[in-house]
Amino acid sequence: MDKKTAAYLCTGCGIGDALDVDAMGKVATKECKAALFRKHAALCSEEGVQLIRDDIEKEGVNTVLVAACSPRAMFRVFEFEGCITDRINLREQVVWSHPAGHEDTQALAEDQLRMGAARTRKSELPERFTPEQELSKDILVVGGGVAGLTAALEAARAGYKAVLVEKESSLGGFQKDVQGMATMPYKGVVPNEIGRLVGAVEDHKGIKVYTGATVEHIAGGPGLFDVAIKHNGSVAEHRIGAVVLAAGWVPYDPAKLPKVLGYGASPRVITNVAFEKLATSGKISRPKDGKPVRNAAFLQCAGQRDPQHLPYCSSACCTTALKQALQLKQQDREANVYIVYKELRTPGQAEDLFRKAQQEGIVFIRCQAPEVIVRKGRVSVEAHDELLGDKVVIDELDLVVLATGMVPATAMGKVDAALEPKEGECPKVADDAIVPADILNLRYRQGPELPGLKYGFPDSHFVCFPYESRRTGIYAAGCVRRPMGIAAAIEDATGAAMKAISAVELTSRGMAVHPRVGDTSYPEFFMQRCTQCKRCTEECPFGAINEDEKSNPILQATRCRRCGVCMGACPERIISFKNYSIGIIGEMIKSIDVPDETEEKPRILVFACENDAYPALDMLGLQRRTYNAWLRVIPMRCIGSLNLVFIADALSKGIDGVMLLGCKHGDNYECHFVKGSELANTRLSKIKETLDRLSLESDRVKFESVSITDYDRLSTLLDVFAARIQEIGPNPYKT
Amino acid sequence: MAPAAAQAILVVGGGISGLTAAIEAAEAGHEVYLVEKNPYLGGHVAQFYQYFPKLCPPSCGLEINFRRIKNLPRLHVMTMAEVARIEGEDGSWQVTIDQSPRYVNGKCTSCGKCTDACTLEIDNPFNCGMDRIKAAYLPHDMAFPQQFVLDPALVKSDEAQKVKEACPYDAIELEMKRKKIELKVASVVWATGWKPYDMAKLETYGAGKYPNVINNVMMERLASRQGPTQGKIQRPSDGRAPRDVAFVQCAGSRDENHLAYCSSVCCMAAMKQAMYVRAQIPDARITIFFIDIRAMDRLDSFYQELKRDEKIRFFKGKVAKIDEEGSTNNLVLRVEDTNDATLHELKMDLVVLATGMQPNTYDDPVPAKSVEYDDHGFISPPDGKPGIYPTGCTRTPGNVSDAAQDGTGAALKAIQSVVRR
Repeated sequence: MDKKTAAYLCTGCGIGDALDVDAMGKVATKECKAALFRKHAALCSEEGVQLIRDDIEKEGVNTVLVAACSPRAMFRVFEFEGCITDRINLREQVVWSHPAGHEDTQALAEDQLRMGAARTRKSELPERFTPEQELSKDILVVGGGVAGLTAALEAARAGYKAVLVEKESSLGGFQKDVQGMATMPYKGVVPNEIGRLVGAVEDHKGIKVYTGATVEHIAGGPGLFDVAIKHNGSVAEHRIGAVVLAAGWVPYDPAKLPKVLGYGASPRVITNVAFEKLATSGKISRPKDGKPVRNAAFLQCAGQRDPQHLPYCSSACCTTALKQALQLKQQDREANVYIVYKELRTPGQAEDLFRKAQQEGIVFIRCQAPEVIVRKGRVSVEAHDELLGDKVVIDELDLVVLATGMVPATAMGKVDAALEPKEGECPKVADDAIVPADILNLRYRQGPELPGLKYGFPDSHFVCFPYESRRTGIYAAGCVRRPMGIAAAIEDATGAAMKAISAVELTSRGMAVHPRVGDTSYPEFFMQRCTQCKRCTEECPFGAINEDEKSNPILQATRCRRCGVCMGACPERIISFKNYSIGIIGEMIKSIDVPDETEEKPRILVFACENDAYPALDMLGLQRRTYNAWLRVIPMRCIGSLNLVFIADALSKGIDGVMLLGCKHGDNYECHFVKGSELANTRLSKIKETLDRLSLESDRVKFESVSITDYDRLSTLLDVFAARIQEIGPNPYKT
Repeated sequence: MAPAAAQAILVVGGGISGLTAAIEAAEAGHEVYLVEKNPYLGGHVAQFYQYFPKLCPPSCGLEINFRRIKNLPRLHVMTMAEVARIEGEDGSWQVTIDQSPRYVNGKCTSCGKCTDACTLEIDNPFNCGMDRIKAAYLPHDMAFPQQFVLDPALVKSDEAQKVKEACPYDAIELEMKRKKIELKVASVVWATGWKPYDMAKLETYGAGKYPNVINNVMMERLASRQGPTQGKIQRPSDGRAPRDVAFVQCAGSRDENHLAYCSSVCCMAAMKQAMYVRAQIPDARITIFFIDIRAMDRLDSFYQELKRDEKIRFFKGKVAKIDEEGSTNNLVLRVEDTNDATLHELKMDLVVLATGMQPNTYDDPVPAKSVEYDDHGFISPPDGKPGIYPTGCTRTPGNVSDAAQDGTGAALKAIQSVVRR
């Protein structure tokens, strides 16, 4: 579009007092070629905003520079339909954090204006992604257990069509073979209502059910998933909007348990899963000979919380043991029932069930290493009771029930040979490995299933965003995501269905999903210059880019999260967004006024993650803390969108130092785009070698990870870096 | 035809579960009203220093959530507001909202001139009253909405006019009145969350009487850089860094005289706070007194990690009594080690009580008929039936992930009520 730019300077909140307003006007009109420059004492007031609106209407202004407070403040005030608007942060990051009237403060403010103008000069309004094919809003649910059934039903009840795929011949999953349930409000054992849930799903017109079926493949992206379902020897095809993965869990193989637990030594030693099978007959009797169960012991954490087996807690087993113990007591009040536990875990209202079990006379023994002894057909348990401080022997047991844990279905595939455990080694799969578990069979360049988080669960890494997955529009729910009981699985599935709906709704409007919800920009590839190096396809944290047979990248736009990691990865610089590109950032760098060597005023470019580092800089302003005024900050969608050319541009322009402020990376990463900050750091290590070769001190470039609340540390980091740059001396490439 | 607002969703409570519910529903295209009692969103989460198990700052996720709100013009946030009355039925609720005066209007730019002009100080509610702030204030640095508040005490004082005149933007309205707002909505999500169980009821622990016995929420504020001590973990009595720190678990929880249920999060919270102490005072000795350590699912690895730390001792036993040692304000804990039935008297510099979560509905129930509660004051889930949807800690005690998960689900239940209309 032909741009007509106007610059508006707010003189409120101390800006007018701290800066030379007329000089700002000159920069706007002379250097930045703004057609209009206006100032106002409170631009955010009705009158101030009207001033801008009038210019848009009467003067044909379509590009607006608002030089005022941080874009984080007054967010809805400066929105002008159809205009490119840039917020130039003169308040928090200039006058509130630098001394008023100082020449360095003025220079900083002028550069902020230049950078904002440069950004708008190169920016275009994003156009929504509108594919030729029709977008679907249907939800695919993989897995027909409690979580899957709930997800399908809840989505259907909100008016969305669901397609449910269950590999077994009937619906219900694990729960279909379970008699009693222990769930909210945990007052006792209640009848299992799985039948009601199955019935509701089968009766719902909005749900298409495939049993005895598996997903052959899923291609495409949100709104445009092409799903092939293998069913009865044929293949059914569906266009799908989003996916809920509810493939559930499998019990840990009891044959692998330590010998001391006695599994295999007697038919009376069973697992908690086998107990459910016993209970289906209506009467729980001694395995093999069918005699009544008079004495029973439950051994908790069998092969759980144990680095040799399952390192985690399966959450539901304590409550399950209480339920099963109560079932035995209901059957025979005189039965002696023991629960041998390491830590009894009944969070929330489930504590009521624990109390009920105590009232019913179930005996609890706290012991870290119980032993099952099978001698001449007699089964006993020896345990050191921590509460009595003594050894306890429970003899003549008719039943020993081992609480084996849950393994997510996603961890059940054959792992790469490289990851296979060697003889005598315990199995260990890399945390974010993709195990080909034959569940989703995604036609994604980065692998066929969701990446695991820990222990093979494709859970979210983010405490506050439990449904964040690394495959856009695909959300895990229930025990495949993390081990949980029925009550939690129902909630979890409802939430996952919500996320799936949200994904199809946003996609249908051409918008990004979390965390850049509502963003309508997306990356475009200038393919003539692509060298098929595959960096973009490899580095995209969300697997949004596939490859053709010649290794050309093929963007699946609806999978894209708009972080710009691909843009940062591309050595040919061919990837750009309409409003965020190599060209735009290059122009911003170019616009910075770099004083010559004799002025002894270094310039330092700071690339700041806009989610954390940028707000942290704002906070310094809010607290009126000062930091070095030689810094020029460019906000980044993610520090992973940093292309090394930016550093080259900056240094060749004579900028003395470059600092990257990204989120923490490593095991407890805080990067909202998962890999962004790690990738930026890796790229940086590469450029450092180049700098050394060019005899440019590699200290001139630095990566620091900062959290949003790190602001006291941040001001020191910035000042220390500035001091270091001054010590190194001017960039020899300075003109 | 019903007025447009009748298609809307009301979410009551702007903590992590309500915030999540409101944003999720709005992002799926619905009109949402979010009502919050405090002058800022975020609830308890905003007060936390770090989350377990990552030890990452809550503000990071809140910032993302607030940015999501900024992009949602159909999500209407009302702070300092409470629901006074709800009448009607699923699909058609008539709601009365009671909004307290902020005495600051939308023209506020958060420039801080009112604070500069004010001399009156009040106890800082954000820091659990552990420090004092000016009576014209921004609730905290990252507060959203980023708008100042005037305490009613200031408005009544002689200083009020001076403070009003200090505002260059005409943002202070001393005559602002309590407001009643009537809304018609299709569905209601109740997410009023929890409060720490009243420590004063734990008489044998001397809470509220002994300065160095604090609760776990206060500990969050002590550790936070914006807290009353700028993040220095110190004894309230003398400002000294503690060398022996006790975490007393189940202080009220799992106790039929207080909270009969388990509050779910306190074990993880205590272990997380033990890490705060470890990071700041490397030679401090930490004792965690517990009944069972409830570190569920993969969170168990956090517990396993702490067990390897030689400065952290896990002591199986419920503390019977805490006494203060005269002039030193040190504390003596009487506790039986259940592992060997021996009685111990242990001297501590600082005691952090895991006071547990009590649902706010315990004292402030939903002002509507047909809402059922369990024995503990939590709202009973409507069991698949439509109605008022409880979410987060108003339904069951849980951690941040649980609350966000539950809030997401509640958004869908609320949408179903809109669709059914």
